[in-house]
Amino acid sequence: MKYLLMIYADEKGYASLPPAEAKRGMEAYIAYTEALKNAGVHVGGDRLQPTSTATTVRTTNGKTQVLNGPYSETKEQFGGYYMIDVPDLDAALAWAARCPATHHGVVEVRPLWVS
Amino acid sequence: MGELTDARATADAVARRSYGKLVAFLAARTRDVAGAEDALSDAFASALAEWPANGSPANPEAWLLTVARRKMIDGSRRRRTGDAVADQLLILMDELDDPVDEKAAAIPDNRLALMFACAHPAIDAGIRAPLILQAVMGLDAATIASAFLMAPAAMGQRLVRAKKKIRDAGIPFRIPEREELSERLDAVLEAIYAVFAEGWADAAGTDVARRDLAEEGIFLGRLVTELLPGEPEALGLVALMLHAEARRRARRDSRGEYVPLAEQDTSLWDMAMIDQAEALLHEASRGGAIGRYQLEAALQSAHVHRRLTNAANWAHVVQLYDALFAMSASPVVAINRALAVAEMREPEAALAALDEVAADSRLVEYQPYWAARAALLTKTGAHAEARRAYDVAIGLERDDAVRRFLQQRQSALPA
Repeated sequence: MKYLLMIYADEKGYASLPPAEAKRGMEAYIAYTEALKNAGVHVGGDRLQPTSTATTVRTTNGKTQVLNGPYSETKEQFGGYYMIDVPDLDAALAWAARCPATHHGVVEVRPLWVS
Repeated sequence: MGELTDARATADAVARRSYGKLVAFLAARTRDVAGAEDALSDAFASALAEWPANGSPANPEAWLLTVARRKMIDGSRRRRTGDAVADQLLILMDELDDPVDEKAAAIPDNRLALMFACAHPAIDAGIRAPLILQAVMGLDAATIASAFLMAPAAMGQRLVRAKKKIRDAGIPFRIPEREELSERLDAVLEAIYAVFAEGWADAAGTDVARRDLAEEGIFLGRLVTELLPGEPEALGLVALMLHAEARRRARRDSRGEYVPLAEQDTSLWDMAMIDQAEALLHEASRGGAIGRYQLEAALQSAHVHRRLTNAANWAHVVQLYDALFAMSASPVVAINRALAVAEMREPEAALAALDEVAADSRLVEYQPYWAARAALLTKTGAHAEARRAYDVAIGLERDDAVRRFLQQRQSALPA
């Protein structure tokens, strides 16, 4: 089954890290991605630009509105994802638990819709 | 007519003996608990139509499984299209190619794996016990709802949602690996204890649905100890439930009045059940891993010993409560500990200990807290305060017999 691991973290936290720690943080993600690939479960994954770059589009009564900013203002922001292919939820949760994001934010695990 | 009765008796017996086993087996690979339950109920209907004419089959479980698997395949063909269904069909067809040997009696027992799926951390904790009752024991939503004091429609919806989550989120039917077993087993045991506790709450045994739950709880607990032998906490839980169940008949007198443990007629206790509980507790202690249920069973054991031997053992009881409190920090444990302290002629110390937990806002609505407070205040001679505490306790109680008991204690206070 394919699962999306959605990473939510305080993006300001990362921005305020001293360079050495920020580098260590990046390296942890690189190693994690490598481990996913090595296990043959990695389908995809990307980091996103901060929410300051976000634009939201909604059509109400036929009129399209374009708004500056993310869909919702929250303490922790959606900042990146991994897509993995594993046998079941327990395997997905085991991978989520290894994701560096669990130490500075949360990882939401969702199965992909299958039709 | 006789054939129909025979068929029905056979079907009932199979349902009692093997319902959970059949559901677990049918749902193991597709994880579709609802689909398995529907197919099985169709298979039971077919059995009642066919068995009276042709006689009950030699292996009714295998017969039901074969029919239910065909129904599941028809069901998935009807319901959905697309790749996922194709996959599911392949799984089901694959199983058909490997037909159940009608002569061999053994269907693999996946009930424990089913229980682990039902009590998975991804399933809302409040619905785990009802889900196990439905999937493993075959109880219907209305019966479960009445036992858990919930509206049947709401219970039905929550059960449907939970089963959908097992299927769609990919919750596996598997006994967890060693390193996570104890945590995951705790969730299963907690759900089983919740089943038992709902049954236990109906002390008078007037509500049949709830009285049965105590038995179902013990059955499920024993099932875990059979399928996962040697787990100290599972053994401890069964010991705890048997200890409590053994005293059922003594909890009310012939007029239906509440009888506290200290005044129970011990000749009404089921000594064979107490012996079993003690043996299980002993077996658990050999596992060398103490836990909540073993401690609670040990407390039951201590209370039973005190009553049977008339030898006060309150210091030991307080020690056990201390160990339990260190593990759970539960205010409920603190209340019981305070009552034990009071038995050692230290009501003031007990009252002070009770004040320490009083900050927990949940206790405002917790009857045993107010009853304990009232009892301790009575002992210290603070009669006016005791009267007020009894008022609150009486107002919070649901059980008529307990309410009358508290009212008697209150009116026995010196004016």
